[in-house]
Amino acid sequence: MILERKLGKSPLIYDSAERKNPALEELTQISRYRHLIFQLTRRDVLTRYKRSFLGIAWTMLNPLGMMIVLTIAFSSIFRFGEVESYPAYVLSGLLAWSFFSQTTTAAMINLVWGGGLLHRIYVPRTSFALAAIATGIVNIILSMVPLVAVMLITGVRITASILFFPVPILLLACFALGVGLLISTFAVYFPDVAEMYQIAVTGWMYLTPVIYPEEILPDQYSFLVTHLNPMYYLVKLFRIPLYYGRLPTFFELMPAIIVALVVLILGWIVFTRKSDEFAYRI
Amino acid sequence: MNSLIASNPTVRTTHSVGEEVIRLEDVTVVYRAPSERFNTFKEFAIRWIQGKIRHNTFLALQDVNLTIHKGEVFGIVGQNGAGKSTLLKLIARVLRPTMGRVWVNGRVAPLLELGAGFHPELSGRENVFLNGAMLGFSREEMSKKIDGILEFSELGSFIEAPVRTYSSGMWARLGFAIATDTAPEILILDEILSVGDEAFQRKCQARIQSFRDNGTTILVVSHHMQVIKEMCQRAVWLHHGRVNMVDTPENVIHAYTDEQNR
Repeated sequence: MILERKLGKSPLIYDSAERKNPALEELTQISRYRHLIFQLTRRDVLTRYKRSFLGIAWTMLNPLGMMIVLTIAFSSIFRFGEVESYPAYVLSGLLAWSFFSQTTTAAMINLVWGGGLLHRIYVPRTSFALAAIATGIVNIILSMVPLVAVMLITGVRITASILFFPVPILLLACFALGVGLLISTFAVYFPDVAEMYQIAVTGWMYLTPVIYPEEILPDQYSFLVTHLNPMYYLVKLFRIPLYYGRLPTFFELMPAIIVALVVLILGWIVFTRKSDEFAYRI
Repeated sequence: MNSLIASNPTVRTTHSVGEEVIRLEDVTVVYRAPSERFNTFKEFAIRWIQGKIRHNTFLALQDVNLTIHKGEVFGIVGQNGAGKSTLLKLIARVLRPTMGRVWVNGRVAPLLELGAGFHPELSGRENVFLNGAMLGFSREEMSKKIDGILEFSELGSFIEAPVRTYSSGMWARLGFAIATDTAPEILILDEILSVGDEAFQRKCQARIQSFRDNGTTILVVSHHMQVIKEMCQRAVWLHHGRVNMVDTPENVIHAYTDEQNR
């Protein structure tokens, strides 16, 4: 691949016989192509709502709409009486969850449908997934505006710990990137993985305390749904500085960090090992 | 250029080293595909459990040795399926060879399908930056090139309109302008010289000529023997994934058309 070591080699020399570790090589390439990731992200953010009347406002209105529907449905039918400000609880959970489900899906779709490009020119193959994550980060930061508004309206105390919110988002992004790369790898070989993933991710959401409080879980399932579910830690960590208005404890933070990094490294390695074959498949 | 390559110990120094920009050594590309097509993961999983997956191998290229020098205009002829596009993909480093070695010195800009990476909702200008980034250029670098691109593409104020509103000719002009204004060391022309009106084609020819004068290496794939004859200095005839002949365009075309007409 392209060499940039200071050995007098031109950075433009490509030699297929020089084969370095693909996972590390991809990192070098990504730093060279960072402008591409910026441009892809810009494209995704700009085009998503370009032809719609309300434009970027949909990013904020979409979760608000879901929140209203769920609040009407659940607070009157199921009576989660013990939850303080259910709208703020459900909205914070939905933001974290939709960040995860949208970015992982987009990573996969970008690669499979945008793959025509992979036949024509060389670009680092992780660019598509990275751009999907970056787009998600832009969206979730915009969505903080309606979340804070809902918290103010429903009387949730906003504390200085709100400034901690970038950390959970970063960890969510790492986890989503890892999952996105793993499912992208599968989706290249089997297009129906995209469909199956939609079902799986919906099921996964209902198995995670996103729209219901974790206290309502029956004791015998509680351990399964919480401690063995990576998204439980990440959704909860996202809520802590916002909805709960405090800083996370060590035992709330550590599992999230570990699970995010392990999945990220695993996804990165699997994807980069397989990505040279993608042009044969897509 | 000379010193860069000479100081690279991994490059075998045979003849006219400084001149080489592309070298293929014993390159073989094997496509391995399941003998039946699995459209769904479920199907695959069932077959996999049954142990009934067989693979067909297809040799797209076999023992290809080829050296292309700096500033050459090099033609590639052959029937459909002879391995022409596989060869181009190897050079554009989209594919890695199954066996053998591909060595390329320089930035490769393919004009495989003009404007293939355009996003229809974005304006022409935004697409210039997006396309430039795909070729590895930053926003600042593209900002310096945009005037030249605008001038060559003759889009005028249309540059601010979404490219979905463009005619196919405008689309092609913008694609050509971007690929050529980014001044690659190696330019790939894959059957592109038939787009646009006559005036634009003449302009393209003139620009390709100026590329040749500046020492850009150009690879031309075409089914039009006239194009190959007029443009190229050397040509290769690929036949079922093997190199049948490398010679002057006249000789290659002669042998190739003889074979075709037999």
